[in-house]
Amino acid sequence: MSNSKKYLQEEIIRTSGVNPKKCMRCGKCSATCPAYDEMEYHPHQFVYMVESGNIEPLLESDSLYRCLTCFACVDRCPRSVEPAKLVEAVRLAAIRKQGNNRMTANDVPELIDDETPQQLIVSAFRKYTK
Amino acid sequence: MKFSYFPGCTLKNKAKSLDIYARRSAEKLGVTLEEIENWQCCGGVFTTAKDEVATKLSSVRILKDAQKKQQALVTVCSACHNVVKQTNYAMQNDKEFAGKVNRYMSEDEYNGETQIYHYLELLRDVIGYDKIKESVVNPIGKKVAAYYGCLLLRPNAVMRMDDPENPTIIEDLIKALGGEAVIYGYRNECCGGYVRMESPELAGKKSQTVIESAKKAGAEVIVTACPLCKYNLEKSGCDIPVVYLTELLAEALGVKEDTNE
Amino acid sequence: MQRIGVFVCWCGSNIAGTVDVVAVAEALKKEPGVVFSANYQYMCSQAGQDLIKNAIKEHNLTGIVVCSCSPRMHEATFRKTAAAAGLNPYMVEIANIREQCSWVHKEMPIGTEKAIILGKAAVAKVNLNTPLVPGESPVTKRALVIGGGIAGIQTALDIADAGFEVDIVEKKPTIGGKMAQLDKTFPTLDCAACILTPKMVDVAQNEKIRIFSYSEVTDVKGFVGNFDVTIKKKARYVKEELCTGCGACTEKCPMKKVPNDFNLNMDTKRAIYIPFAQAVPKVATIDPDYCNMLKNGKCGVCSKVCAAGAIDYTQKDEFIEEKYGAIVVATGFNPISMDKFDEFAYNQSKDVITSLEFERLTNAAGPTAGKLLRPSDHKHPEKIVFVQCVGSRCDACNEKGKEYCSKICCMYTAKHAMLTRDKYPDTEVYVFYIDVRTPGKNFDEFYRRAVEEYGVHYIKGMVGKVVPEGDKLIVQASDLLDNKQLKIEADLVVLAAAIEPDKSARPLATLLTASMDTNDFFTEAHPKLRPVESPTAGVFLSGACQGPKDIPETVAQAGAAASKVIGLLAKDKLTGNPCVAHSNEMMCNGCSSCERVCPYGAITYEDKEFRMPDRTTLMRRIAVVNPAVCQGCGCCTVACPSGAMDLKGFASEQIIAEVDAICK
Repeated sequence: MSNSKKYLQEEIIRTSGVNPKKCMRCGKCSATCPAYDEMEYHPHQFVYMVESGNIEPLLESDSLYRCLTCFACVDRCPRSVEPAKLVEAVRLAAIRKQGNNRMTANDVPELIDDETPQQLIVSAFRKYTK
Repeated sequence: MKFSYFPGCTLKNKAKSLDIYARRSAEKLGVTLEEIENWQCCGGVFTTAKDEVATKLSSVRILKDAQKKQQALVTVCSACHNVVKQTNYAMQNDKEFAGKVNRYMSEDEYNGETQIYHYLELLRDVIGYDKIKESVVNPIGKKVAAYYGCLLLRPNAVMRMDDPENPTIIEDLIKALGGEAVIYGYRNECCGGYVRMESPELAGKKSQTVIESAKKAGAEVIVTACPLCKYNLEKSGCDIPVVYLTELLAEALGVKEDTNE
Repeated sequence: MQRIGVFVCWCGSNIAGTVDVVAVAEALKKEPGVVFSANYQYMCSQAGQDLIKNAIKEHNLTGIVVCSCSPRMHEATFRKTAAAAGLNPYMVEIANIREQCSWVHKEMPIGTEKAIILGKAAVAKVNLNTPLVPGESPVTKRALVIGGGIAGIQTALDIADAGFEVDIVEKKPTIGGKMAQLDKTFPTLDCAACILTPKMVDVAQNEKIRIFSYSEVTDVKGFVGNFDVTIKKKARYVKEELCTGCGACTEKCPMKKVPNDFNLNMDTKRAIYIPFAQAVPKVATIDPDYCNMLKNGKCGVCSKVCAAGAIDYTQKDEFIEEKYGAIVVATGFNPISMDKFDEFAYNQSKDVITSLEFERLTNAAGPTAGKLLRPSDHKHPEKIVFVQCVGSRCDACNEKGKEYCSKICCMYTAKHAMLTRDKYPDTEVYVFYIDVRTPGKNFDEFYRRAVEEYGVHYIKGMVGKVVPEGDKLIVQASDLLDNKQLKIEADLVVLAAAIEPDKSARPLATLLTASMDTNDFFTEAHPKLRPVESPTAGVFLSGACQGPKDIPETVAQAGAAASKVIGLLAKDKLTGNPCVAHSNEMMCNGCSSCERVCPYGAITYEDKEFRMPDRTTLMRRIAVVNPAVCQGCGCCTVACPSGAMDLKGFASEQIIAEVDAICK
């Protein structure tokens, strides 16, 4: 593994607090994921790809923004791997890069209506913007 | 009985009824909710990354405020509850994180001492469903589907509200209010959440699964504690009413007056 | 003054690699009392032992120190060597310079320095050793087997076969255990009842075997060869010696809605019942929680219909005291509760069942008479999903499951899948697996047959959620090889629940002072070399109480445990351990501190007359240790406030001499 790959892997593991080596490859995270069909890379692939250091494809993938953070994979994983926390860490690594914000304040008026709860707007900003 | 109360921003705007009915019902049941002063938005979602500190400070301020008043903290909105509770758990269990927060906040040290109740837990564990049952004046008399979503129950290691896979806390309340609780498979599945913002189709699909599941089980009304769940369900073609559980409660207790005041 | 010989072992390069054995031998030669010192490649070999024997004779040695491996490994060996040369075996001390020295150090100077220190301590101790002679105790030639499943049955039959008496204590009303609930057995598919019930009959007819059914062990005292055991025979309100097992009472009892635990509560039984047709003993039992006569005195039907006059509503629990030479634990296993795994909807749908429940549903004597009908509506299931590893192989932080592999699930699931396809070719069968583990004779071949000949769909992946919807179960699962999430509409979902030791095992282990692991499985004396003995002398292990096991393995272990028991009971006398506590009566003030801490009940008190200097006499209460019961644990020596209690072979002054030698 190159040094830059290794550094990225270490960063993801450190910020997520997840140890991907605990995974026993049962796939229960992907079995349980409600956003599975909308994802290019599925929860078990996130775990495996972080473990093997193959993180760049994840950084580029829309899958980062499909994870609903519903914690179903966290609660049901028999190995306590907590895949959602890994997805979150990769997502942060992506949007923390300059110019990588996925949403700006200017986009908001078009995306909301009269009933849109404030909760939705602040949540979306937390997920898409740094 | 007095509790510190954190309504959150949505309850001051688009989900006013969730807030108002919560206070009125609590008063009726002998509990006063004292709103925390100068609170800030919790941020809507808890960022699980360990190096995220600033995004969690508003929650810590809320928790510290309750601690100063030596009161337990009550929340109603599922999202606020989840964020504040996860933050408190991190203050208790993540020494490095707590250290950073305490160094930044330059006041007395805080290590997660405040006890947090979701409004449902206040009803179940402090007031008691038996007492609520006695106070009911308008029994609901409808088939009600409890919609938990994800934020109230998960991650279970932190939330500890109920069995995350087969919860009963809302169903038991429905029964106490004279309604019939409808059990359906997707009551603890995500509505699609914040993804509504950029992918309404995905959020729509998730919400429709929940709606179909509830309707198949015979639900006449869906009850929730989360403004975003309510919004997502309503925007996804739900043709049965989606109401806040505090509204259901206020109606049953006979304190649901005109709220356009 | 002792004449001590020091023998430093190289253990090939195990010790000599990090310890300068020549330097150790030289250094120890200078210690007080040492008259001879040598080193050798393998001290435990014949040549090494000869070296020791010759040195003892040539140099008139009165004590020896062997610097070698752990005393657990070869202390017995070197004691025998010393005895063969005419030296009292308790004049041998081992300095452990392998496990506690060479294996944990990397550098020669440090390893050598520590080896010398350990050697000095051993020399200091031997200087104070005195010859000890072990006592002897008789052996009660009868064994107790706790648990009457296939493990207990096989152990009892084998012990009885060798001519010794055996008692089986079984907490349920019949022996047979889990195997009696099974339908067919892998990998040969013979019917469980057909191979088990003849063995149960053998037990019943064997003159050497007594069965205490519906009974529990409530107290154990004594030690290997001489256990005193109290057995509680629970009141079954039926006189065992009169009941003929005709079953008239079980047909006429008006209380029909008693959950039938033998069928895992999938149907009901009467308040008076015989668990199943082949039960041994075939005697009825009344469930006091449901019997109206016992609850409020209104009924008495069973008593009226019993031609033998066997019903006795006034029966009480009975306590029996028996002596045994050996005890075999065969308490077995249970599937874990599925309460914490409700993502699989076990508590939300009757059609989500465990594999043991599936056994009953396919068993001809089960609630559906062997027809595979789903519990909710008694319809024939057209699509069945089996989920493997439910609660097994979980992370230690996961508060729901077990860390270990339950071992039997892969094979019984293959069996269930195969049998379903065989009997009902129209039924589609899916098995979700993480790994298929089939290490056993003809096991993998069996699993392959399920796939290749019977067309069972094996899918690599786990089920994430089961949603009951209408009369279907929506199974949401991963297909990892196809990188897809599947949604299967199933009629029946079968969970391969992890297995755990029976709940009675933990309190029993306390009674027996036998050790357990964190999962409550009994610990064996050595995981490889003494797999059927517990570390507590005279207590043996049989079957799944020691770890997950299938039937062939259980039977093999049951036989092994029996052979160990037979070896013990064949002896007329047992040589005890001379390293026991003894009380200095001049210092003892009779305070009872030692008695309170003794785990073996080895200490009693007596009043003794002492003659005082002024010629008066004084009666004083003093502690007396029964050397046959004392296990030499040393608790009393620490508890004694006046320092009267001491341990032979490990006297306080010996221990202090060792510490002094180390600190010098």
